[in-house]
Amino acid sequence: MAAAEGSGAGGTLFPGLADVSISQDIPVEGEITVPVGSHSPDEDFSTLDEPVKDTIMRDLKAVGKKFVHVMYPRKSSALLRDWDLWGPLVLCVSLALMLQGGSADSKDDGGPQFAEVFVIIWFGAVVITLNSKLLGGTISFFQSLCVLGYCVMPLTVAMLVCRLVLLAGAGTVSFIIRLIVVGAMFAWSTLASTAFLADSQPPNRKALVVYPIFLFYFVISWMILTFTPQ
Amino acid sequence: MATADDLKFQEFDDAANLLAANPDATTISIDEPVEVPKNQHSHLQEPGREEDDELLGTDDSDKTEVLDRIKGSVFPVPGKNFVRLYIRSNPDLYGPFWICATLVFTIAVSGNLSNFFIHLGKPTYHYVPEFRKVSIAATTIYAYAWLVPLALWGFLMWRNSKVMNIVSYSFLEIVCVYGYSLFVYIPTAILWIIPQKVVRWVLMVFSLCLSGSVLVMTFWPAVRDDNRRVAVATVATILLLHALLAVGCLAYFFDAPELDISAPIIPAPIIPAHNGTTVITKSH
Repeated sequence: MAAAEGSGAGGTLFPGLADVSISQDIPVEGEITVPVGSHSPDEDFSTLDEPVKDTIMRDLKAVGKKFVHVMYPRKSSALLRDWDLWGPLVLCVSLALMLQGGSADSKDDGGPQFAEVFVIIWFGAVVITLNSKLLGGTISFFQSLCVLGYCVMPLTVAMLVCRLVLLAGAGTVSFIIRLIVVGAMFAWSTLASTAFLADSQPPNRKALVVYPIFLFYFVISWMILTFTPQ
Repeated sequence: MATADDLKFQEFDDAANLLAANPDATTISIDEPVEVPKNQHSHLQEPGREEDDELLGTDDSDKTEVLDRIKGSVFPVPGKNFVRLYIRSNPDLYGPFWICATLVFTIAVSGNLSNFFIHLGKPTYHYVPEFRKVSIAATTIYAYAWLVPLALWGFLMWRNSKVMNIVSYSFLEIVCVYGYSLFVYIPTAILWIIPQKVVRWVLMVFSLCLSGSVLVMTFWPAVRDDNRRVAVATVATILLLHALLAVGCLAYFFDAPELDISAPIIPAPIIPAHNGTTVITKSH
């Protein structure tokens, strides 16, 4: 090829291709398809157009499904994947409301105020989430908040039971019943949240993550157990 | 003529450890930044986590290391410096933060329980959860665990600019020492539920000795080279504040156990006073 450059008076650049000719009549055939991304159901119709009842029911069903996951804590990722904070909000508000109406004869030494319960639950959950993230956890911030909030549900049930038991009487027997119920629910809460959260940690730091969760639910259980009506 | 051995590069130990062998020698140490070794375990780490890990050290800052540091604060070895021995330029914030949190709730819960048991038999007693005391306990203990180290660190920096000190600590190391030294108060607070004055004071002195000795052994080498009076005053202030915390917690959160709980209150007969008012005296 190099030798050909020197020869050739015509100065063609690609002498080897000089013999190739393309007929002008060959039709171009083929198919060009653009792969379409899979339609999610929302793209067929925008969720803005659906009736409000459908929107609410969808969210309510998601919340209800998460409650069931907390009651039977298997290692499922549904709780983690689609986080929402409605459930924790409802639980926190109902727990804080049920803790009102306690002994409020003296303004200083009473049970926790509504704001105190709220702050303890949310601030405690945020601190635990930050702690597990600093320890190298792979779970995201809101997922962790979601799990910790939903796992307050057994303790809310315990509070309900305690209030019913206290309606019957406030003696030693009722205290023992309350102690057993709160203790069992505390163990359930801690185990349920540990089942979801501890797996996202490297193995040598699991205990460091579980202890704050234990402390958090212990404080909430203490608030529930020491609730005394007027 | 120098032999081959004399010309070989020699590794010198940390200045503080050299001094332990020969306390009167003077050495100068140049602090070089300690490299935090990256993860030695095989799991992947996101690049953004390195800063977080530096707060907690390496992957070695796991359960065993925290437990070792707690053990070192409860069983102080005389002569060994807590910071040099356990922290080794690797302070973590997990221990101080969660020890303080546990201490806050332990004191509040134990105080509440002890008051409940002390006043149990009385007919006029109505149990209250005393939730306000939790916020007071939290403010006090977190302020102590963070503001006192800040003040101490500032003071040590100021003295370091005047006197060439061999041992100097970073702020996080001081916070770490204070946090871990508070650990011994957790079982003490639980045992303070026992409503006997003697028991409580014995416990207080014992825990004060343990945690105080950790602090003294940490900070004495840092101020030792200073003016004698300044050094002694510094260490005395550290101990005084520590004792104040313990005594304050005992006095505020735990009601004084009465001397004779079981003796019934005998109402004395009403003695009519001369001017017509009645005086009732109680004896117990």
